[in-house]
Amino acid sequence: MDNAALQGGFIDPARDAARAFRAGMEAMARPGTIQTLNGCTAPAPMSVAAATLLSTLCDAETPLHLAGTCDTDGVRKWVRFHLGAPLVGRADAMFAVGDWDALAPLDAYAVGTPDYPDRSATLIVEVAALTNTGATLTGPGIAQTATLSLPDGLLAARVARYPLGIDFYFTCGDRIAALPRTTKGAR
Amino acid sequence: MTESTDRKTWLGLLARAPQGRIASLLSQVGPVPPATDLRRPEAGSVMVQGRAGGTGNAFNLGEMTVTRCSLQLPCGTVGHGYVQGRSKTDARAAAVVDALLQTDHADRVHATVTAPLAAEAAARQKSRAAKAAATRVEFFTLVRGED
Amino acid sequence: MYVAVKGGERAIDNAHAWLAEERRGDLAVPELTTAQIREQMTLAVNRVMAEGSLYDPDLAALAIKQARGDLIEAIFLIRAYRTTLPRFGSSLPVDTGAMACDRRISATFKDLPGGQVLGPTFDYTHRLLDFMLAADGDVPAAPEMPVDPAPVPHVMSFLNSEGLIAQETCDGTPAPDLTRAPLELPAARALRLQALTRGDEGFVLGMAYSTQRGYARNHAFVGELRIGTVPVEMEIPELGISIEIGEITLTECETVNQFTGSKTEPAQFTRGYGLVFGQTERKAISMALVDRALRWEELGEDDQGAPAQDAEFVLYHCDNIQATGFLEHIKLPHYVDFQSELELVRKLRRDATGQGAE
Repeated sequence: MDNAALQGGFIDPARDAARAFRAGMEAMARPGTIQTLNGCTAPAPMSVAAATLLSTLCDAETPLHLAGTCDTDGVRKWVRFHLGAPLVGRADAMFAVGDWDALAPLDAYAVGTPDYPDRSATLIVEVAALTNTGATLTGPGIAQTATLSLPDGLLAARVARYPLGIDFYFTCGDRIAALPRTTKGAR
Repeated sequence: MTESTDRKTWLGLLARAPQGRIASLLSQVGPVPPATDLRRPEAGSVMVQGRAGGTGNAFNLGEMTVTRCSLQLPCGTVGHGYVQGRSKTDARAAAVVDALLQTDHADRVHATVTAPLAAEAAARQKSRAAKAAATRVEFFTLVRGED
Repeated sequence: MYVAVKGGERAIDNAHAWLAEERRGDLAVPELTTAQIREQMTLAVNRVMAEGSLYDPDLAALAIKQARGDLIEAIFLIRAYRTTLPRFGSSLPVDTGAMACDRRISATFKDLPGGQVLGPTFDYTHRLLDFMLAADGDVPAAPEMPVDPAPVPHVMSFLNSEGLIAQETCDGTPAPDLTRAPLELPAARALRLQALTRGDEGFVLGMAYSTQRGYARNHAFVGELRIGTVPVEMEIPELGISIEIGEITLTECETVNQFTGSKTEPAQFTRGYGLVFGQTERKAISMALVDRALRWEELGEDDQGAPAQDAEFVLYHCDNIQATGFLEHIKLPHYVDFQSELELVRKLRRDATGQGAE
């Protein structure tokens, strides 16, 4: 195995992962806010934030889908060593990572079941820019409204079937924001 | 070279070594190059599976504790250690031994660490098997009278 | 309705301090070490590992010490600790046919390849208290004899070759895991076996005994009972190979039950299976009997309405941590619940007395 794939894990896993989990949770609990998330480095083109989030949330029991440019030999090897997550297609994925064009369409991903709405996919969308501009967000965790730059077509592609649905993270460099299924968005 | 120079065999020997034994043998090897951690020793579990009826479908029997570690020698050689139990010292020592066995130090490390581990494991197993053999029943079929 | 109560902190702290003192006992008596428990209370350690569902003799010994010898409390501690461990993955299924057997007996065949090996058993002891153990003394070494290097095949394979017993084949279904997904019915056999192997020994024993006494009549023979060590092997993704990650002691029991046949199956023997961590013979035999009783539907037998045939009854009540948690919580404050019951009973009595006066 090539050694680059063995680099880039947490230095101090217990503390680093706890900090990263806090950032990921804050992002999801306060949709539209942009958090800093770093600690892990995966081979290009995966962002630091995506690599750190995957290291925090994924293990051998969380099937992962690598989409588009994220699906490289280097990333696969990195995932195998640091996460041990089985690599799967969209339908079986608990997590999926890639850019928006490669991740879409959404109908292939699990949205949960009425008894277990948590058995749904979480998509980690790598974006070129992540700013508090663009779509207006409202819902739980947002006092009045929030704004977040979202990939074109994402809001339209979400189907409201609450409590079923897909949750999104957006990663760019070492920054992360989220759009849970409870958040309503408008252009 | 002997069979225990095969990587699968030596990793298995290291995994099953009694607590503290690898580090103690490794200290007799002499100075070893300083290794950099790729994955610091971490204790975790592995779900052990059995099979229904011994040969049927797999089922989950329960977990066991395992500690693992990955590191890299200055020459770039990577070593992985997996040991049963929760000893981080043992897991790191196992990873160092795994790395060294892939380098020029292999013969020395084999003679000092893995060969003794193999001999000790064989002796432990032989002793139990010999005690079991001593409790083997020799049945006598009672003569029933004819002829 | 649940209503939180506050207060009692000092009392709780003091209770815990007293608990620690009572745990230690008389200071004139030397303190137990966990190594002593691990080495000399092995069967208690084994039970805690089996029902705690975590193979680690040192942790089990520590739990027994902390729990003052209350094994269910110790199992509770192990279950709680288990949840803090990251899981690296699953092993390959262990090969019990390759077990290094300390003990291996069959009640159905006298002469079998590999022989009948008694191992360190209580079976032929007279159950007389040995007062010598109350005094210190060295134990003489157990006798050793030359080892027959021949393999020790499963007894069931002999019946298999004649077609007299149902085959156990693998259809590749991945093992469901009740520690990850809630138990749902109907439960596949793999899920039932997982629940039984970590189930309470007393409960599983009682269920098994009921089948012997006629509830879901299935007369079982122990086809084979073996105790010994097996290596545990796991695929290591970063190595691209599977390696041994340790060695565990297991008890395996295969029972043979008569089966008179059904509309679709000719008469043959059927099987029950028990596999448990450690030297845990009573539990493994019990597990095999209950496994066999629960298989009535897939074998086309009648539901006799016996408790041991009722998967819901057995699987939902065999876990002693679930059971003890629910049972023991009723001693904790229920003041508000009880207050409302009290009001209700008073009201009913008032009403009744009122009517009586008329």
